Amino acid sequence: MTKRQNRMVLVALLVLGVSLTGYFGIKAFNDNLLYFFTPTDITESKAPIGKSFRLGGLVVTGSVIRENMNVTFSLSDNNKTIKVSYEGILPDLFREGQGIVATGSLDGDLFLATTVLAKHDENYMPPEVAEALLNSSAGE
Amino acid sequence: MWKWIQKLASPKVFFETTNKLIPWFLWPFIGLILLGLYWGLVVAPADYQQGESFRIMYIHVPSAWMSMLVYFIMAVVGGIGLIWQIKMAQVVAKVSAPIGASFTLIALATGAIWGKPMWGAWWVWDARLTSELILLFLYLAYISLNNAFDDPKTASKASSILAIVGLVNLPIIHYSVKWWNTLHQGSILEDISKPSVHPDMLWPLLIMVFAFQFLYGLLLLLNARDEILVREQNSRWVRELVTGE
Repeated sequence: MTKRQNRMVLVALLVLGVSLTGYFGIKAFNDNLLYFFTPTDITESKAPIGKSFRLGGLVVTGSVIRENMNVTFSLSDNNKTIKVSYEGILPDLFREGQGIVATGSLDGDLFLATTVLAKHDENYMPPEVAEALLNSSAGE
Repeated sequence: MWKWIQKLASPKVFFETTNKLIPWFLWPFIGLILLGLYWGLVVAPADYQQGESFRIMYIHVPSAWMSMLVYFIMAVVGGIGLIWQIKMAQVVAKVSAPIGASFTLIALATGAIWGKPMWGAWWVWDARLTSELILLFLYLAYISLNNAFDDPKTASKASSILAIVGLVNLPIIHYSVKWWNTLHQGSILEDISKPSVHPDMLWPLLIMVFAFQFLYGLLLLLNARDEILVREQNSRWVRELVTGE
C-alpha cells in the first residue's frame, strides 16, 4: 500500500469510527435530549414526579382564565390534556392554540409553572393569508 | 480536467486564478444582497403572528445554513489536503474556519435577539441551540489548533483530523428539530414542494441565501490570497510580485 492509500484508509476509518460513536451516543442520550415532555408522557408516567421539568403542548382554545397576575390554562398534545397554573408575565406569542413550553412541577393533577416560553412553529405567512386559511377551515 | 486541477494546486496559478475570480463573486454578491435586503425588509409582508420581527430570519437563516455548509467544505477540503497533501486545499480549509465561525456567531446572535421577544428567553438549552453552539466551539478549536503549530503542514494535519471528527455534529444540528422536542421551530424547507413559508416571504430568503454563498466565496478568495502570499513569501514569484521587478 502506498503512503497515500494508507492515509485514505485512515481517514475513512476515522469517519466510520466517529459516525458509530455519534450514532451510539445519540441512542444512549436520546431521552436526555428531549427539551420537554408532553401531556401524554405525564399520563403514562414518563415525566419525573416531584422534580422540576418542562411540559410542552398547545394552549387549549377557551381554557385561558386570568385572575390578576395568575393565569390558568389547559395544555394539550391533541391526545391528553393537563391543567397549568402560572403567575407572571407571558411572552408576546402566548395565545390560545399556540404551542408553549412551561417549566415547573406537578402538584397532583395541576402543573405549577415557574416560567412559560412560547414555541413558534415553522409557518410564516402574511395576516391576510392566515385569515383566509382560517375562514376556509371554519367553512368546512 | 485532472491536469487543470493539478495546475491549480500550484500556489502561483492558484493566486492568479483567485485574482481573476474575485469580481465574479463581488458583483453578484452586491447585486443579490441589495435585492434581497430590499425585498425582504421593505417589500415582503409582515408575519401574521410575529409582525415585523420575523424579518430577522433574512439574516438568521442564511447564516445558520452557511455555518453548516462552510464547516462541511472545511472538513472535506481538509480531508483532501490530508490525503493528497495538496497545499492549496490546506489553505482553503484554514481560511474557511474564521468565515464559518463568523456565520455561526451571527446565527446565534440573531437567534437570541429574536428569541427574547418571541419565546420569552434569550437562550434555552434545547438540542438545536446547543448543537449550533458546539459548532461554534468546533470552529474555535480548529482555529486554535491551526495556530498552535509553527509548521503549517503539521498544523493542517492536526486541524483537519479535528474537522473530520466534528463532521458528526452536522446531521445532529440539521435533524435535531426532527429527532427531539425542541423549542426551536422545525425546518422551513422540510418538504421542498410545500415550503412552510409563504412565497412572498420565501423568495427574498432564497436570494439572501445565494448572496451569503457569494459572500463566502468572496471572503474565501480574499483570505486565501493573503494566506498564499504569507506561506510563499520566500518564493521568487512572490518577491517579484511585491518588489515589482
